[in-house]
Amino acid sequence: MAALQLEKQRVRNAVLAIAAVVIVVGIPLWWKTTETYRAWLPYSEISELDSLQLQLSVDIEVVFSRGTLTPEQQKKVPLSHVNVKEHQIDAKTGLRYKYETRYRTATIMEEDALNQPTAAEADLSLHMLSENSCGSVVVYVIPESSALMPEDVKAYVGQRRTVLLRSPPFRSSWSLKEVLSNLDVEVEQVVSTMSFGHQDIVAALSNRVRMTKVTKESMADSMRAIKSSPGYEITFSLLNPDPKSHSLHWDIEGAVQSYIQPLLNKLAPIANFSVDSQILYYAVLGVNPRFDNSVSAYTLSADSLSHVINPVEARLGSNAASSNPVLNFLLYVPDAHHSPLYIRDHSKREVPSNAFHSPRWGGIMVYNVNEMYGPEAERPVDININMAKVMGVFLAQLRLMLGVQRTHPPTGFVLQSPGSAGLADWELDRLLWSRSVENIATASTTITSLAQLLDQIGNIVINDNVAQQVSSAVTSLQSAVAELEAGNLAFALHYSREAVLASERAFFDPSLLHLLYFPDDQKFAIYIPLFLPMCVPIVLSLLKTVSEAKQRLADKQAKSD
Amino acid sequence: WSLCIISTPLIHWTSRSKQSAPARDQFQEELVIRPLHSGDIYASFQFRTLWDIDFLQERQKVSHYRLFPKSLGQVLSKFSVRELHISFTQGFWRTMQWGQPFIPSPPGAELWVWFHDTVSDVDGNWKELTNVLSGIFCASLNFIDLTNTVQPSASFKPLGLGNATDHRFLRYATLPREIVCTENLTPWKKLLPCGSKAGLSVLLKSEKLFHSSFHSQAVHIRPVCQDEQCTSKAWELRQTLNVVFDLYTSSQGKKEWSLFKMFSRTLTEACPLATSSKIYVDITDNPELNPVTPLLSQAVVLGDRRTYSVFDLTRAETFGQLCSLNLLLRWKGDSDMLRPLLHAERYVAGFGLQTGEIHTVIYNNHPYRAFPVLLMDSVPWYLQLYIHTLTVTSKSRDNKPSYIHYQPAKDRHRPHLLEMLIQLPPHSMTEVTVQFERALLKWTEYTPDPNHGFYVGSSVVSALVPSMVAMNTNFTQDQPLFSSFVPVKEESSYFVRVYTEPLLVNLPTPDFSMPYNVICLTCTVVAVGYGSFYNLLTRTFQVDEPSLPLEKRLANLIRRIRGVPLLA
Repeated sequence: MAALQLEKQRVRNAVLAIAAVVIVVGIPLWWKTTETYRAWLPYSEISELDSLQLQLSVDIEVVFSRGTLTPEQQKKVPLSHVNVKEHQIDAKTGLRYKYETRYRTATIMEEDALNQPTAAEADLSLHMLSENSCGSVVVYVIPESSALMPEDVKAYVGQRRTVLLRSPPFRSSWSLKEVLSNLDVEVEQVVSTMSFGHQDIVAALSNRVRMTKVTKESMADSMRAIKSSPGYEITFSLLNPDPKSHSLHWDIEGAVQSYIQPLLNKLAPIANFSVDSQILYYAVLGVNPRFDNSVSAYTLSADSLSHVINPVEARLGSNAASSNPVLNFLLYVPDAHHSPLYIRDHSKREVPSNAFHSPRWGGIMVYNVNEMYGPEAERPVDININMAKVMGVFLAQLRLMLGVQRTHPPTGFVLQSPGSAGLADWELDRLLWSRSVENIATASTTITSLAQLLDQIGNIVINDNVAQQVSSAVTSLQSAVAELEAGNLAFALHYSREAVLASERAFFDPSLLHLLYFPDDQKFAIYIPLFLPMCVPIVLSLLKTVSEAKQRLADKQAKSD
Repeated sequence: WSLCIISTPLIHWTSRSKQSAPARDQFQEELVIRPLHSGDIYASFQFRTLWDIDFLQERQKVSHYRLFPKSLGQVLSKFSVRELHISFTQGFWRTMQWGQPFIPSPPGAELWVWFHDTVSDVDGNWKELTNVLSGIFCASLNFIDLTNTVQPSASFKPLGLGNATDHRFLRYATLPREIVCTENLTPWKKLLPCGSKAGLSVLLKSEKLFHSSFHSQAVHIRPVCQDEQCTSKAWELRQTLNVVFDLYTSSQGKKEWSLFKMFSRTLTEACPLATSSKIYVDITDNPELNPVTPLLSQAVVLGDRRTYSVFDLTRAETFGQLCSLNLLLRWKGDSDMLRPLLHAERYVAGFGLQTGEIHTVIYNNHPYRAFPVLLMDSVPWYLQLYIHTLTVTSKSRDNKPSYIHYQPAKDRHRPHLLEMLIQLPPHSMTEVTVQFERALLKWTEYTPDPNHGFYVGSSVVSALVPSMVAMNTNFTQDQPLFSSFVPVKEESSYFVRVYTEPLLVNLPTPDFSMPYNVICLTCTVVAVGYGSFYNLLTRTFQVDEPSLPLEKRLANLIRRIRGVPLLA
């Protein structure tokens, strides 16, 4: 009997030992050898980024010129004043605008500058005095009676970052507080013109936020503008469907140098641009223009314009040397038998520029040459294209594509024309604000969705390269948000661009795709011939041991009772 | 009618020359038609764009294109390419029946590129370049990687300006399995200034071009001299398309053809952008040609003096009354074809799936002259060559190569490269053999349909062949394009490159469901072993009392019924 007991004990020990070996050695070994490599990702920081609280800080300097404040008011002018506005866009996105206004009186040099005969000259000489940092706004308050601007003009927005503001009518009895609060309304209008409006920022957040509260116009503006990218290729193509009758010459090199390059130089902080051109022969539009007897010309209606691009696009060719988005500008010279050709808008009127653009793609301009030669001219006719006319249209389209929105200034505001650079400093600032916000929104969405994906699918290998890209994207994003908060616009854009690049590189890394196709059920189907015969006896004998132990415990209890 | 007269290219030509600032680029097109000895027709298109510009000059960025295709120009400047040659070929050129082609090419795709010597990361540029080119030409050039790229030391010298000798900047690769079809022709046609809308390119209809015995299209880009004095550089883009139509069998043995029969199109105009647009018809064997042209031209091509009828498409009278040109040619006599002086073929010998032997046979058909040839072989790493078994025999005597460049393969990293300079005795057959062993690949390395076999690219034989007639060495602009591709340096010889057949080699191919079977089998064996072991350890063994024999049990049963005590 004792021998039997002893034997039972030995069997029990053997079962326990085998189970222990399987659990302590076998399972970790199997786990270790079949595990996919997953580098560490900063999940907590990513989830912080998921709920984005953006703060945009604008530096405003308000300069009172002589005659706008009474002497005792001048003494009491506060040094600065901070005004904060908060908007909650949706559950996860909030915006805070911080307007930091500093007040001071004009220096003598500035007074001299303000005494120039015209506003444009005053703007220039003020610019010579001081250089303002990117994103800041300087408001010069000039007396109500100043002759610098015409009577009905309330504010004059210069080419740089300064604005001349006619001081609102004060009553002399007003305290300084009332004067300043009255001025604040005007300054706010100035800032929304020169830096950003709420609608623009919300439109820039369109990657994160469902668009519900945005006006149709800013929506259209943001849809038209090509997405933020580290570089753009701009291609000008001359389409000559009839080289037999027209021999076209265009001085594209000179035109790009004098019209396009200044704008691109100005935009250099936003992206790298490269410009090229080509001439395509026998390239035709996709639709047959209709002949209109009343004007004896061919016409393209606005409805058919959408069919024009696709057949042409096959000929344009993509840029072989880079993967940046391409902006196409096509100059189409209709063939001799289909000239002149006019584009008509929805209300059946001829479009004066004879051009149209397609959002995020580019523009097409029709250039009629039929009046440049008589019917008996010998073919092909040499035709020199008037590049000033063409580039005027393309430049306007390029501004639209790049997102330099046409601002709608409040009544009483006069905007100085941007001049030869094609872009005023404050217009660039507007672009920088919305691009920074857009980049931050894009990068944060990309990173959060990548983290979510990696979290959900455990089979994906995360190698060190991806992990490094993710963490550099996260750090860049954090710096971009911090710089925005501090009001350093140029740095904010720089970091946000880096964040977008790193997050896209991580998201589209080909190594993420490798092991996607081994779902768990198939893996276990392969393991079954090993697992089933091994585990069933162990589990059964463990169960038996446990129940025996219980039985013994119960017996003991009964005995002691 | 009137339209046709107004738009005659002749007037076009005069107006172009009137232009004050001459364009810096020009375009030429040319078609050569040669009736072959076998009754087939050989048609060779050449389109040449010359651009007086230097892509590689610093600071001056080239970004404005007129006739030169933008996509190729961007590639040249981005990857600092000095010379680029790419060809796509369907079918095999039968040298012994058809003679030498104007521009030879191996079956499948071939790409060789000389990079500029400022490039630091040649392999990186090459990798990216092949990817971009595969996008431009819709071909599988992205399968070119280090395992099929070689750097030949002597066989591929630059054809354009400059005497680069450092083969570190040269990359050569072939894809013998590449299948060429319409999707490769369309992007190729898109590079032409006139597309397929006007000029000779209207004849390029894919349904006819690919219904042929041989089809080869190529792009060659190289720097050339702008003029005879060679004061400045120009870029030359040559697009060539060679096709051999098997009209002899399809027209019931009649030796006749017309443009319409071959291409199902006739010609109505030259490309208005072309400065010259010509058709050359080989009439050396006195065929019957309709319409006749007074213009005749003689050219010495590949060591043979030929006579051509020339049709100048830029002249209105070429098209005659009907405003359309349909050449018709009939020829009867079995003329003597000049036997190609150099010819090569290749095959794989041996049996079984373990070892084999590659035989390359080179023929020198010259009756009394010996000349040296360069043989280049690029063999994938999975055929492990035993280079000590390399033998070269001519006229059953050992022929020791005067130069051997051999770079052994590294598994999964680089192929074998074997280059040899062999002297071919006159009127002889030289056989080069080398043995190899077939490697076992990893199961993911097999191509789809591995039982079809693995292709090994053609070997390349390059030689300066002694010419029977004096070659034309002076370089003039109005030389026909087909005779000006390879510059002739001396009168007594001409350059020929011959490609052999690609090889198809079977490798030991496993059953691809094997991994699963192996896993299952292993698991089962382990489980059975484990099960017996477990049983041994956890069972208690007791002596079993033997049970009663059957008759006793039966007796017990009866006894129980009767109520009698049971038996023990």
